[in-house]
Amino acid sequence: MSTLTALARAQAFACGRALPIATVRHLHVHDRPLVLVPLAMAGEANAPLAALVGTDRAAPELLVVAQPRNRDQRFAFAAALAERVLAYLDSCIGETEAVAVDRGRDVRHRYVDAPQLWVPNTGGVEFVRLLGRSTRFRSVDGEYPVPPSVPLLGRWLTFFANSAEMPGSSLLLNAVQALGLHWATGQSSVEDAHLAALLAWIEPPAGRTGVEAARDAELQPPAGPATDPDFDNAVLAPLMSVPEPDVAALTAVLREQMTPAWEQVWRSLDLLRALPAGDRVAGRWDGDRDTFSAYVQYLADGGAPQPRRDGAVAAAARLHRLENAAGRYAVQRAFDDPLVMADYRLTGQAFTGRVTLADPDRVDDTGKRPVLRPRIMVATAEPVRVEPGATLTSPARPAQKARVVSLTPTPAGTDVLLELSGGMGRKLVAEPGSVPGVGEDLLLTTLSEAYRPGATFPDPADTPWTHGGPPETAPDLSPSDPGGEDAAGA
Amino acid sequence: MTGGAELARLRGAVPAKRHNARTIAALTGNPGCTRRAVLDAAGVDKPRLAQRIGFPSSFGQSRFALARGNGFEAMLKADGCALLLALLRDTVGLEAPDVGYDDLGSDADDTLAARQARTRELLAGAAGAALIDHPLLTLDVAGQQVFLEPDLIALQVRGRLHVVEIKSFAVVDGQADGAKVSGAAVQAAVYVLALRRLLAELGHDETLVSHDVVLVCPENFSLRPTAVVLDVRKQLATLRRQLTRLASVSGLIAALPPSVRFDLALPPAELIAALDQVAARYAPECLSTCELSVFCRHESAGTTATLGRPVRDALGGIETIDEVLAFAAGTGEPAAEQAEAAALLRTAARLRAEALTR
Repeated sequence: MSTLTALARAQAFACGRALPIATVRHLHVHDRPLVLVPLAMAGEANAPLAALVGTDRAAPELLVVAQPRNRDQRFAFAAALAERVLAYLDSCIGETEAVAVDRGRDVRHRYVDAPQLWVPNTGGVEFVRLLGRSTRFRSVDGEYPVPPSVPLLGRWLTFFANSAEMPGSSLLLNAVQALGLHWATGQSSVEDAHLAALLAWIEPPAGRTGVEAARDAELQPPAGPATDPDFDNAVLAPLMSVPEPDVAALTAVLREQMTPAWEQVWRSLDLLRALPAGDRVAGRWDGDRDTFSAYVQYLADGGAPQPRRDGAVAAAARLHRLENAAGRYAVQRAFDDPLVMADYRLTGQAFTGRVTLADPDRVDDTGKRPVLRPRIMVATAEPVRVEPGATLTSPARPAQKARVVSLTPTPAGTDVLLELSGGMGRKLVAEPGSVPGVGEDLLLTTLSEAYRPGATFPDPADTPWTHGGPPETAPDLSPSDPGGEDAAGA
Repeated sequence: MTGGAELARLRGAVPAKRHNARTIAALTGNPGCTRRAVLDAAGVDKPRLAQRIGFPSSFGQSRFALARGNGFEAMLKADGCALLLALLRDTVGLEAPDVGYDDLGSDADDTLAARQARTRELLAGAAGAALIDHPLLTLDVAGQQVFLEPDLIALQVRGRLHVVEIKSFAVVDGQADGAKVSGAAVQAAVYVLALRRLLAELGHDETLVSHDVVLVCPENFSLRPTAVVLDVRKQLATLRRQLTRLASVSGLIAALPPSVRFDLALPPAELIAALDQVAARYAPECLSTCELSVFCRHESAGTTATLGRPVRDALGGIETIDEVLAFAAGTGEPAAEQAEAAALLRTAARLRAEALTR
């Protein structure tokens, strides 16, 4: 928790409504997202009870499992959900665009569109993961056959759940986290997990403070997937504990219980759409489209379902990708949003100052070839926690590097002497405007958007002994006893 | 030691709420909360107290979850624990071919004394491999004797005793919900501690009780059981420290004015006045563990603690939101130890305002 966000929470409490902690939207919001509000049966590992699903706010489809412990009904639910989800995925597959790769020596194609799935909260993401896990290995023949759409759904849900872990990805989003990225409430993050209460802080009804509105909202049914125990005991149990449950009655009570969450997710989408998108959001969505296109291709090539657990090399590579994505996402958000950058200014990793001297034509001819190395002096009153020799960048000129030559304390703060390289054209005279001029206000930071090359990892067959050595057999792609996994629960 | 009379006075004319492993485990969650320690030591019915003063909280458990938990346990214990024994043989190497199984009877208040006596007897003779079902142990918590009912004790695995804890949350691909596992580990640690104290009383070496407990859970999406061994040494250390500190609760109770009473027959205003006399330490995490939390949240409105521990820390540990805002605006008078935090807040406020007006 940064001090700025913490302060925003304190201010939000005092003024009785949530306050922005971002000036732009940091995620992509699809024009036609698929919203899924799942409900699971209490106590079970992953027994779907119901789901509201659809792309039309006015017409959610309610899928209900009258006997969640019954295996056949469970997979009938999976098949019904698969029908909706796969149809939505198909609608995203169509037109492609060519992308230059390998410095323009080659092209590859990616879909112009990609799917975006919304759930109410992190519990919803976990539901997607578990449902993916319980369906992706199902067999279409043998003792307990399921329709082919069920294992396919499992792979896609796993794909979404995995991408939700990737910082900056907008393929699977949850409303609580998405709102929490842009607003600070006057309550704790524990209480923010209740979507209705979080929304109540962002838009309290007229005449009510955020606290009052949130207290009222806490009485609303939870946004799933966990049910309210009182609802279970008083409403669901009497309906479900009979041999032939009255499906119509069950559907009615579940619809009533889940409709608020459905509305809340769409309301969250409205709120987020009202924010202008950050400059780098589209670039990240391009990455999501790449990921989606690649997985479509992988499945078309007959790719196996995601393994139950990654092998050592795959896990290390994935961790590396996640760390890279997290770093890149943090930098991009700061570059897109002055309010996020303010966090770094507070800790001295970024500072603003005014250019007091500039030598834009300075050429360094001490090397083999003369190179353009302009110097500028920036005077700042802010704390500067960088050392001479450090490389800084300015979001206004991301391609340009500024090396700190010296730091001189002054009565008003610090004079920072910088030597610039890059982003000034190919000639020995800088392109006009590419070197900051005297009087320009600049923001400089140690954060860098520079490309970070991927690490190289050994072939799985060369896994070092420190990581368990090479796997003895091919990665286990199937459960130990297909079909039997559910036998005891049936 | 606090006399039972003083505790009874605090509580009023209702029987004391019994502690169990779960409530003891919860005590380790928020050790600084005197209010909880006093109310729990006195055996006050917190849900009813919260209801009475107008701040009810919902701590219901779903019938579905209970049914599944009971079903899973019954399945494991069917036919003289056949399924469980097979599992324990594989995971902890419960070795003997013919393992004795003692069921000490059902979980009811009137069998307490008998079950406790039988547990002692069985453990005193501790020979041969055995499973003890529905054992009853005791532990002193804040000067009060608490009865504890572990799911099972498995005896004699390489000469040591193991606590077996049966839980119905699923372990999927070797992974389970972290919060649930740590909850189970603390509970199991409570049993290990009680068992060790009992063995010491009986003149045995207390290290006979292993710090490795066995957690039995359903595997993946089925009801098929799987067992994992958890090392609860860390939880044991926390628990010991906590119980020692709780012992001082008796001192706190003795120091309370006689007007402080939590008799549910009293009018709500008096109960609230009594609660005001006993300091609480509210944190948002209380909302999921303590029945009185809704009241404490209401009472501590306006403090940085209500925003959560990370927020409070980021605000330099300053007590109230008003103070934070005053420092941020540059109007407050920070004490010497607050000067640094106040300066940071002023900068933060300036940067925030600047970024928002841009």
